[in-house]
Amino acid sequence: MMLSMEGVHAHYGHIHALRGIDVEVQVGEIVTLIGANGAGKSTLMMSLFGSPKATAGRIVFDGEDITRVPTHEIARRGIALVPEGRHIFPRMTVIENLQLGTVHADAANYEADIARMFAMFPILEERQAQRAGTLSGGEQQMLAIGRALMSRPKLLLLDEPSLGLAPIYIRRIFQIVKELNRNHGMTILLVEQNANQALRVADRGYVLQHGEITLAGTGAELLASPEVRAAYLEGGHA
Amino acid sequence: MAYALQQLINGLTLGSMYGLIAIGYTMVYGIIGMINFAHGDIFMVSAFIAVTAFTILAAADVTSIPLALTFVLIVSIFFTSAYGWAVERTAYRPLRGSSRLAPLISAIGMSIFLQNTVQLTQGARVKPIPPVLEGGVVLWDAPGFAVQIGWSQILIIVTTVILMSAFTWMITQTPFGRQQRACEQDRKMAALLGVNVDRTISYTFMLGAALAAVAGVMVTVYYGVVDFFIGFLAGIKAFTAAVLGGIGSLPGAMLGGLLIGLIESFWSAYLWAEYKDVATFGILCLVLILRPSGLLGRPEVEKV
Repeated sequence: MMLSMEGVHAHYGHIHALRGIDVEVQVGEIVTLIGANGAGKSTLMMSLFGSPKATAGRIVFDGEDITRVPTHEIARRGIALVPEGRHIFPRMTVIENLQLGTVHADAANYEADIARMFAMFPILEERQAQRAGTLSGGEQQMLAIGRALMSRPKLLLLDEPSLGLAPIYIRRIFQIVKELNRNHGMTILLVEQNANQALRVADRGYVLQHGEITLAGTGAELLASPEVRAAYLEGGHA
Repeated sequence: MAYALQQLINGLTLGSMYGLIAIGYTMVYGIIGMINFAHGDIFMVSAFIAVTAFTILAAADVTSIPLALTFVLIVSIFFTSAYGWAVERTAYRPLRGSSRLAPLISAIGMSIFLQNTVQLTQGARVKPIPPVLEGGVVLWDAPGFAVQIGWSQILIIVTTVILMSAFTWMITQTPFGRQQRACEQDRKMAALLGVNVDRTISYTFMLGAALAAVAGVMVTVYYGVVDFFIGFLAGIKAFTAAVLGGIGSLPGAMLGGLLIGLIESFWSAYLWAEYKDVATFGILCLVLILRPSGLLGRPEVEKV
């Protein structure tokens, strides 16, 4: 088991954002979380990093309880996040952004990892000396993914990676997700509004509604489920 | 001409010290968005530590000036950094996440606390030290006026240039500097990547204090006297320098420091010496009105 959340509750101020979440991610899986805006998808991801801290329940990652571990320590345990809105460092160069992905990683791997990133995202090599804020949205998303991968994480979290991107980049993102999983055995937890595409690449999925898991199943099962179809697939996201 | 050259030398000396202090203001502002009004008093504390260290050396009959200066610098940097760390830990960290006003008030309280502590323990009188570096070099013996640069001035300017270069290198080139800048730009993301944000903030305070400590030692050597109130004016002038250069900008703080030093020196020489503080604060007002982002600062509106 890579990750398990057991009965996790979390609050944002007075808002009870997560109400008893049970989620499991097995080694080598792609698991997706779908749900409407404000359902708590991003909160769920952030709660893995202790921000907000779980007010009840338990989070176990790679055999260790990480519920009370400080945020910066979680990254060191092997979870990397590509956050919603990318959060690249705009006034630093592309290469510096990638270097910040290796804050806690073994320096000996640096050259190999940077070469791997440039092979995967040639645009980053071209733009390496440029300030990251000058990149296009799609390029910034590539940078955010590259930065997360620099630390050789065991679990990669992707929060709305396709949001606001041009169709060509959306296709590329889902292609990357598949490649990372198939060719590198990367375990991935993917949050998406684009439910159709997400369920197609995912092994399993969860539907989140008002801070609760209302439905779980394989990607195919959820794609076929009438509730999912009605709520998330036929509303224009397909 | 000779007179102007002399003012240039004096201004550069003064500006070096303002610049060193200003870096502490600008770095702290950059990383946690607050003006550390206790920073001037940290500088004052460092000058007292220097005086104490010089007194110990005098009692121990140490006569080698390079040795003495090195010792005093190390002692002052060490203890002043500890003060910087403690101030952040006790007065600001508990307030992180509260309204912007809270740490500001806490900073003013800390400033008063440091001043009063030093006043109570060291006395309210001016404390002199025996002259450390006397004499200098006559650069130009112009008719009627000899341009002179003192050894202490050379020391101050050279040390400042070296320190600022080293500091710039550290911030732009080293992993620590990268993490420091990452915390400035997006603290939450930095933490998500594994940067220990609290520790980075602590180091930032300690570095700012260390540079202020160097300025404190220099002031002690240059003027030969200190008192518990020197931190106030020096602090506010260095703050003005940081704002003039663009608060949050490292090269801005250095440039601002130099400019304030030069303005003060030339104003005193050619206009009214008794109004030199008015000149400095007049500039603060003008900058705030005409160009709030300062000479090298970024305008606030940038959002990516």
